[in-house]
Amino acid sequence: MGRKLLTEHVNVEGIETFAVYRKHGGYRAVEKALKMTPDEVVEEVKKSGLRGRGGAGFPTGMKWSFLAKPEGVPRYLVCNADESEPGTFKDRYLMSKLPHLLIEGMIASSYALGARTSYIYIRGELLYVLRILEKAIAEAYAAGFLGENIQGSGYSLDLHVHPGGGAYICGEETALLESLEGKRGNPRNKPPFPAVQGLYARPTVVNNVESIATVVPILNLGGDEYAKIGVGRSTGTKLFSACGHLNKPGIYELELGVPVEEFIYSDEYCGGIWKGRELKAVVAGGSSVPILPKELILKTAAGENRLMTYESLSDGGFVTGTMLGSGGFIAMDETTCIVKNTWNFSRFYHHESCGQCSPCREGTGWLEKVLHRLEHGHGSMHDIDLIVSVAKQIEGNTICPLGEAAAWPVAAAVRHFRDEFEWHVTHPKEATQPGAVYRGNLVLA
Amino acid sequence: MEPTSPTAKPQFSPAAQAEIKRLLTHYPDDRRKSALLPVLHIAQAEFGGWVSPEVQDLVAETLDLRPIEVYEVSTFYTMFNLKPVGKHVLEICRTGPCMLRGSDELTAQLERITGAKVGGTSPDGLFTLKEVECLAACGFAPVVQVREKYYESLDTEENVNAMLNELKSLVHRPILPWEENGLPTSLRNN
Repeated sequence: MGRKLLTEHVNVEGIETFAVYRKHGGYRAVEKALKMTPDEVVEEVKKSGLRGRGGAGFPTGMKWSFLAKPEGVPRYLVCNADESEPGTFKDRYLMSKLPHLLIEGMIASSYALGARTSYIYIRGELLYVLRILEKAIAEAYAAGFLGENIQGSGYSLDLHVHPGGGAYICGEETALLESLEGKRGNPRNKPPFPAVQGLYARPTVVNNVESIATVVPILNLGGDEYAKIGVGRSTGTKLFSACGHLNKPGIYELELGVPVEEFIYSDEYCGGIWKGRELKAVVAGGSSVPILPKELILKTAAGENRLMTYESLSDGGFVTGTMLGSGGFIAMDETTCIVKNTWNFSRFYHHESCGQCSPCREGTGWLEKVLHRLEHGHGSMHDIDLIVSVAKQIEGNTICPLGEAAAWPVAAAVRHFRDEFEWHVTHPKEATQPGAVYRGNLVLA
Repeated sequence: MEPTSPTAKPQFSPAAQAEIKRLLTHYPDDRRKSALLPVLHIAQAEFGGWVSPEVQDLVAETLDLRPIEVYEVSTFYTMFNLKPVGKHVLEICRTGPCMLRGSDELTAQLERITGAKVGGTSPDGLFTLKEVECLAACGFAPVVQVREKYYESLDTEENVNAMLNELKSLVHRPILPWEENGLPTSLRNN
């Protein structure tokens, strides 16, 4: 059993209250930070090797160091709690169970960045979590950890929670800022980057919930100590959202480096595939990352055990590898139809495209439509090449990464499961039977 | 022809007005527009689960915005219902992880039990069915959201019935935190 730095006290009765959280060592990181200079706090986060936990994996400390600090201009820290990537539900868990951990991380991070007002932008569907956070924030104000002159340090901070309205695209940081300004969530052209012109055209850092929460154990342990956990450049612990056909879906905090096979099959974690079935494929980091068949998710192309790390999951590039992404781990058993699943994801991206860039607005619609006809037995061999071609033409041609997110799953599904797509074309009758699944030449209803 | 009486202009309740005033303190004075999404949520809760053009105009007036600024936002975000809805809107997650654990079957089951089709309302006006994308509860699939509550693991008849029975037993929608003071007891569920 690995160390738990975020969720150690998650099952303690009343941990969502200030008093109990404080009793279990809560707000020590803030006290420690306030005795350091802001730059020293940034330095600890840099030393920790923390990489953004929202999906991109960009080093958090480096992102912080890009923040422009013009004299007399307010700057902001905005927490991205717009968790919407299919397969991902860790931030919801963290915020609803441990609201004070996020608030503590927000205070320490805001101090490091010199922000006097910070926001938590939470997806609108999670209004019930917004209520939990607002309650916890009120407690933190009452205890003197928010507001004027925090703990006599001279540092003041206001923290607010802001709900979205139902839009996956607002997880993209510039769309999120537009949304926070009361507009449609259309991503902005970059540059300028938010670090220079973000919220209200002022310097802004946007970080994922888990990234900000992780600042707490980093400060408690010290950046160097934190960096000793994990493997190589994948330092520390990370929350994984396990879902799909697993015996024990849920949230697992892992020290980075656990073998994928152990994560799936060990009783300590997901407990294997449900109903005694075989694993067929895994989408390891949220719906946007390439799907891998069983053989390639358990072992790399070179035959090495694949590990739950940024590097190991991406070993082999997009030819034989995938990405750690958001940690949304979707397992599919042998009865899963890959064509149907790919169509489902394409429908999602079409639905969520903001419509700003033609390649994405039109391309996602094409992907959904052509996949729909393949799944329903009306497709042709040409359609298989068509979706690969459309995916390729979206990629790299849009303002924000939703284009790639829509393209990658399609390209990967055809790459690894082409025979299954072809079977839908050559055997439309069998393929459209309820529950029919391609397994080599077998049809199992 | 008799002139039709003009529909009374909608007004926010005192509790909602107080909540909006509190929310406006979260943003710089010249950035009132930032409060648009939170105020739309309040409006939808206040006026029967949807935002009519009149309600959207009220939101615009409240925040000193042009009506078009509200319309372009209300039509972009999927949570705002632009047409009248039933008493309870069941938002059924249909995305991959929920589909893998039976959301298609759940949708069919809910259509059968309630008599509503997806996108429509049951004949008794109790339930509107709406398919939505990922609700970030994939480990507890399939999932339905009703207002601020998540109903999870709806892969058993028992859980589905428990959800529907709970909703049927509600005379009024649950009280929101900003309504807790001063809500007449006649509007409370218990």
